[in-house]
Amino acid sequence: MAEDQAHDYPTIEPTSFDVVICGTGLPESVLAAACAAAGKTVLHIDPNPFYGSLYSSVPLPSLPSFLSPDPSSVPLVPSGDDSHTVVDLHRRNIYSEVEIWGAAPEPRRFTVDMVGPRVLYCRDEAVDLLLRSGGSHHVEFKSVDGGSSLLYWEGQLYPVPDSRQAIFKNTTLNRTEKTFLFKLFKLVMAHIAAADEDGEGEASDKISNEDLDLPFIEYLKKHELPPKMIAGVVYAIAMADYDQNTDCCEKLLTTREGIKTIALYSSSTGRFANAPGAFIYPMYGHGELPQAFCRCAAVKGALYVLRMPVSALLMDEERKTCLGARLTSGQDILCQQLILDPSYKVPILDAPSDGSDSNLLRKVARGICIISKSVKQDSSILLIVFPPKSLEEQQTAAIRVLQLSSNLAVCPPGMFMVYLSTPCADTSTGKQSIKKAIDALFAPQASDSLEGHLEETSKNNEDLKPAVIWSCVYVQEIMEGTASSFLSCPTPDELLDYRSILDSSKKVLHCMLHFLLNVPASKVLPQEIFSCR
Amino acid sequence: MHGRPRRLAKPVDEEAASAKAAKLRDLQVQVLQNHHSRTYTKEAIGLSFKLLEINPEAYTAWNYRKLAFQHNVKELSDPEAIRSAVDDELRVVEVALRQNPKSYGAWYHRKWLLNQKLTPVDSEREFGLLDKLLKVDARNFHGWNYRRFLARFMGVPDEEELKYTMDKIGDNFSNYSAWHNRSILLSNLLIQQSKGFESKQKVFSEEFELVTQALFTDPSDQSGWFYHLWLLAQTSTPDKPQLIASWPCNGAKLSSSFIKEKVDQNTLSSIWCHSLKERTVPIVLYFNEPVKGLNQSSVKLKSYLEFGKDIHWRALSMTDSGYSNCWATYLQIANECSSSQQYSVEVSILCSEDIVSRSGSNYDSPVHFTFTIELISDSQDIDLFDKPVAWSCSESLQSYGNCEPIPFDLLTITSALIEEESNWHFERLSEQIDLFRELPDDNSKFVKLTLARLLLACAAMKSCGRSLIERKRYCDEALGHLSDLIHLDPSHKQYYEDERSSVLMDKLTCDMETFMKHCSVQVQPNSVPLNHVQLRGLSLTCVGFAERLMWVQVLDLSHNSVRSVEGLEALQQLVSLNISNNQISSFTALEPLTKIMFLKVLDLSFNEIGAHPIDTTRYICSSPFSHKIEACEAFEQCQKKNFNVEEYWDALLFFKSLKLKQLDIEGNAIASKENFRTLVMELIPSLKWFDGECVN
Repeated sequence: MAEDQAHDYPTIEPTSFDVVICGTGLPESVLAAACAAAGKTVLHIDPNPFYGSLYSSVPLPSLPSFLSPDPSSVPLVPSGDDSHTVVDLHRRNIYSEVEIWGAAPEPRRFTVDMVGPRVLYCRDEAVDLLLRSGGSHHVEFKSVDGGSSLLYWEGQLYPVPDSRQAIFKNTTLNRTEKTFLFKLFKLVMAHIAAADEDGEGEASDKISNEDLDLPFIEYLKKHELPPKMIAGVVYAIAMADYDQNTDCCEKLLTTREGIKTIALYSSSTGRFANAPGAFIYPMYGHGELPQAFCRCAAVKGALYVLRMPVSALLMDEERKTCLGARLTSGQDILCQQLILDPSYKVPILDAPSDGSDSNLLRKVARGICIISKSVKQDSSILLIVFPPKSLEEQQTAAIRVLQLSSNLAVCPPGMFMVYLSTPCADTSTGKQSIKKAIDALFAPQASDSLEGHLEETSKNNEDLKPAVIWSCVYVQEIMEGTASSFLSCPTPDELLDYRSILDSSKKVLHCMLHFLLNVPASKVLPQEIFSCR
Repeated sequence: MHGRPRRLAKPVDEEAASAKAAKLRDLQVQVLQNHHSRTYTKEAIGLSFKLLEINPEAYTAWNYRKLAFQHNVKELSDPEAIRSAVDDELRVVEVALRQNPKSYGAWYHRKWLLNQKLTPVDSEREFGLLDKLLKVDARNFHGWNYRRFLARFMGVPDEEELKYTMDKIGDNFSNYSAWHNRSILLSNLLIQQSKGFESKQKVFSEEFELVTQALFTDPSDQSGWFYHLWLLAQTSTPDKPQLIASWPCNGAKLSSSFIKEKVDQNTLSSIWCHSLKERTVPIVLYFNEPVKGLNQSSVKLKSYLEFGKDIHWRALSMTDSGYSNCWATYLQIANECSSSQQYSVEVSILCSEDIVSRSGSNYDSPVHFTFTIELISDSQDIDLFDKPVAWSCSESLQSYGNCEPIPFDLLTITSALIEEESNWHFERLSEQIDLFRELPDDNSKFVKLTLARLLLACAAMKSCGRSLIERKRYCDEALGHLSDLIHLDPSHKQYYEDERSSVLMDKLTCDMETFMKHCSVQVQPNSVPLNHVQLRGLSLTCVGFAERLMWVQVLDLSHNSVRSVEGLEALQQLVSLNISNNQISSFTALEPLTKIMFLKVLDLSFNEIGAHPIDTTRYICSSPFSHKIEACEAFEQCQKKNFNVEEYWDALLFFKSLKLKQLDIEGNAIASKENFRTLVMELIPSLKWFDGECVN
C-alpha cells in the first residue's frame, strides 16, 4: 500500500530550492510569483488536485468534501535520512458548523467561491499587482455594475447613492437629504483631490485633522445626515464591519479610514473603460486569481506539483531553523525558506501556540445560496449590506451579500449565486445572522412546491421574494500570516476585498526578503520585484 | 471638456507651431488659388482636405469644396459614383470634426450635404457619429444642433428625442444642451398636443419634479436652474399675449383746453391733452409680453374725427426683431374746428393672426375701448414755459392748487390677468416656494434668486382687492432676497438693484391708496393742471411698471440712482421730466426719451454724463446697427459748423430728436466741456430755458 502510494507521487528533481511553498492560495501564489520573478528557485506544491487551496472556487458537488474533508490524516511516511529533526505536520479544518440544504439542478455547472462574497476594487492593489506581474493575461474580469449597492433598512432594500448622478436619480431620498448627502460627497471629494499631491485641489479643501481623527460616524452626524444615510455611507460605501454606534466598538472607523475607502471607491469608478462600476469580479470565480499568479511564477521558472501534501518539517537540531520539508512521497526537499498555507498545523513545542483556543480566534460566518430570480429586478449583479442591528438587536456586525449571475460563468443561465458573510466572535451568533439575512432576502424555503406554485399565481409575481433552491451556511476561522522558523500565509478574511490579505502577504514577503537577500526589509518593496520582470 | 485650466504652451511647442503655421499658410494660398481659378481636379480638392484636416475653421475651403462637389457631381450619373462622392465629403467632415468637434464650418458642410438629398441618409451613421461625439462632450451644442436638424430631417418623433435628453440628463445632469433641447421638444409636443402631452399642467408638474431633484442634489450647478427658470416662465405667464393697459383708457375725455368750470365739485370733466394743441393724439397700447404685427387691420379705429387714413403703429420699446410691449400711433387730426366739438374714438383690437408673441401665440382676447376728444377752437393759448418750471421738494404734494381730486377714475390701473387656470399656476408656484425655502443651502445665490422670482410671479397673480395685501407681502419677501443677493453676489449687483427697483415700483403703484401719496395735480399760475407723480429719493435704479404711469404728465424721479430710463417711452403724455441727481452716465442711456414726442422740460442736472469714457467706435465705425441714416446728415451739418462730432455724437443723436423748451444739464461732466452749450442750443432751436437762464 505504502509502496503504491509512493509510486503515485513523482520524484522531484532537484531536491534543493531557494523557496518551497505549500498551498496555492492567493497569498502563496503571489509570493511564488514574487520569488520566481526575483530569480529564486521555487517549488510550489499543493496537496489538492486543483489550484487555490482556501482561495479556490470548487464545483458545487465537491463543496461538502471541501468543507468537511475526511478526517483520515496524512499517512505517516517512514523516516528516511535522519540528519534532520523531523516535525510532523497535521492538516486542520478551518471550517465548522457546515449546514447544507436543498438540491441544485445540474450541480456541476455551479462554481462556488470559498472566499465569497468578494470583489476587487478597480483601483485595488490586487489589480495593480495583476497588471504589473502580467497575471492579468490569465484572468478575465467583469464589471459589477448593478448600479448602486443596496442597504437593508427597516425591512426594505434601499439603493445607496455613490455619486452625484446616483443621488440625482435616487427615488428614496427626499430632496433635502439629497442636498446634505451631496454636500458631504463634495467635501470628501475636495479633500481627496487636495490630499492627492498631483491633484489640482487646494490645500484649504482638506478636512481638518481634528475631523479626520473623529469617528467617521460622528463626522457624518455633524453633517446632519439622517441615520439611514449614515448607515449607507458607513456600511455600504466605507464598508465598516462592526456596529459603529456603540461605545465599545471593536473596530471604530475614523473619518480618515472611512475617507480612504471612499477615495479608493471613487478612484475605482471609471478606471477601466469597460468597467463602469467601482468593482470587478473574475470570470469563473475567485479561484482564477491564485492560478493567474501561479502561471506567472511558472513562466519565471517555478516548479509546480499538485496532489503533493507535505507530511513533516525538517528542522535543525535546536528546532529553530527550518531546513526543508518532507513530502508525502517520502522525498526530502531542502530549502532556505519554507512557506505554508494556513491549513497546516505545526505542533512545535517551543513556538507559542498560534491560537488553539478557538474562542480567541476571529471567525467569519459565510452563506451561499442558489436562487432562480434576482433579488432586484433588472440587475443581475448586486451588493447588499445589512448594517448591524438591522435584523435583530443581537446583530453586532454588518452582513454583506453579493449576488452573481450567469454572465460571470459561475452558474447556469437563469440562476443566481448569492454569497453572504459576517464577522463573528462565536459560531452560533454568526450563523444566526446569516440565516436571518437569508430569511429577510428570500422566500421561506418552500417545502411544498405545489403550495408555492399556487401562491405565485395568486400574488403579483414581481413582489415575490426569490425562493432558495440550495443553500449552505458555515463558519470559517480567520488566521493571520505568521513568521517563525517558517512562514505561514493568512486565511481568507471577512472583508469584501483583498487589501488586508495582500498587506499581510507583503509582511511575509518582507520577512523572507530580509532573509533571502540579506537586505533590510524596509528597503525592499514587493512592487519592485514585480516591476523588474 | 469643461472646467479644465488652460496650460501655457511649452517653448518646444512654439517651433512646431511656427512650422505648422508655415505649412498652413502655404496650403491656404494654394486652396485660394484653386478657388479663384475654379480648379476642381482631384489633386486640388485633396489640397483643400489637407487644409481642413489641420484647420477645420477655414471656411473658404468648405465653400470651395461645396462648389467643387456641385461641379463634379453634375457629371456623375451612376448612383454608385454619386454615393461614393457624398461618402467622401461626409468622411472629410468627420476628419475635421475629430480635429475640432466645435467647427461651425464642418457641421454646416454636413447639413448642406444632407440637404442636397443626393443619396438616402444613413441614419445609423449619422446618429452613431452624434453618439460618439456626445459621449466625449455631452454638452457640445453643435452636436445638439445637428441632432435637432437630423431628427427633423429624418422625421424622428419628438417623443423619442425627449427620451434621449432624459438619458443624457441621467448620465450627467449638468448639461445645458440637454435641458435646452428638452424645453424645445416639450414646447413642440405641447403645441402639437401629442399623445401624453395634452395636459400642460401634468407635463409641467412632472418637469418641476425632475428638475428639483437635480437642484437639490447640487444647488451650485447652474444648468438645472436655467431649466427651472424656463419652467417658471411657462407657469407664470399666460399662454397668449394680452393687452394690459392703454392710453387713453376706456371712457377718457381729452381736451385741448383746460376747462375752468368743473362739472361738479369733485371731478374734473376732462384731461388736458397737451398734444392736442398740435392736433395730434397719441394712442398707446401696452401688452404683457412683446408682440408684433399691429397694423390697420389688426387694430381698428372708428370715429367721425378726420385723421389721416394711413395709420402707422410704431413699436416704442424696440427689442430685437421688432417685438415690443408697447405700441403707439399718432392720430393727426384734420378737422377744422369752428366750434367746440366732441368726437368719440373707438379702438378695437381683434383676434388677429397678425398680432403674435415671440413664442408664436396669436392675440385672441378682443378688446374694445372708447374715448372722447374735445376740440375747442378758441382755446386760450397757454404758454407753459413762460417761466421755467420749478420742481418742488415739498413733502406734501397736495398743497398745490385747489383741484385736489385727480381724475384717477379715468386712469384705471390694470395688471396682467392670469387666465382661468391660474389656480393651478398659483399652487405650483407656492409649492416651489415652500420647497426652496426648505433647501438647506442658505448661501446659494440661485436659491435666493429663484425664490425672489417665484415670489414675484405669485405677486403678479394677486392683482386686485384684498389680495393686494398678499401681493405686497410677496414683494417684501422678494425684496429681502434681492437685498441679500446684492451682498452675496456683488458681480451682478446692478441686475439685482434693477430687480429691486422694479419691485419697489410695483409696491408703490399697485394700489390706489399707496399710489395716491405720490400723485397730485400740479397747478401753476397761468397754466393747466398737470398730472404729477413724484418718485423722489427712493433708490430706484430703473423704471418698472411703466404701464401704470402712462397718464403721467409731470414725473419727478430725482434723487434716485437711475441708470436707465427704459420704459419711460410708454409715457407719451409726459411733458416734464426731472431725473436730476441720478446716475445717468451717457446720452445713449436716455435714448427712450427721444420717443416721447411732446417732452418739453427735461432736468438732467447732477448726473454722470461725460464722466465715464464712452464708446466712440459707434460713431467712427458707422454700421447699420449703430445709427440711422438721418443721423449721418445731422453729423455732417455739425461737422460743417466745426463741432467735434466724434466727441459729441451721442449728445447729437439725443438732442436732435427732442423739441425741448427747458433743459437743465449742470452738474454733469459734459456740461463744462468746450462748445457743448453752443452745440445744445444749435441742436434745439426751440430751447427757451437752459440751466435756468433764458436763452431765447
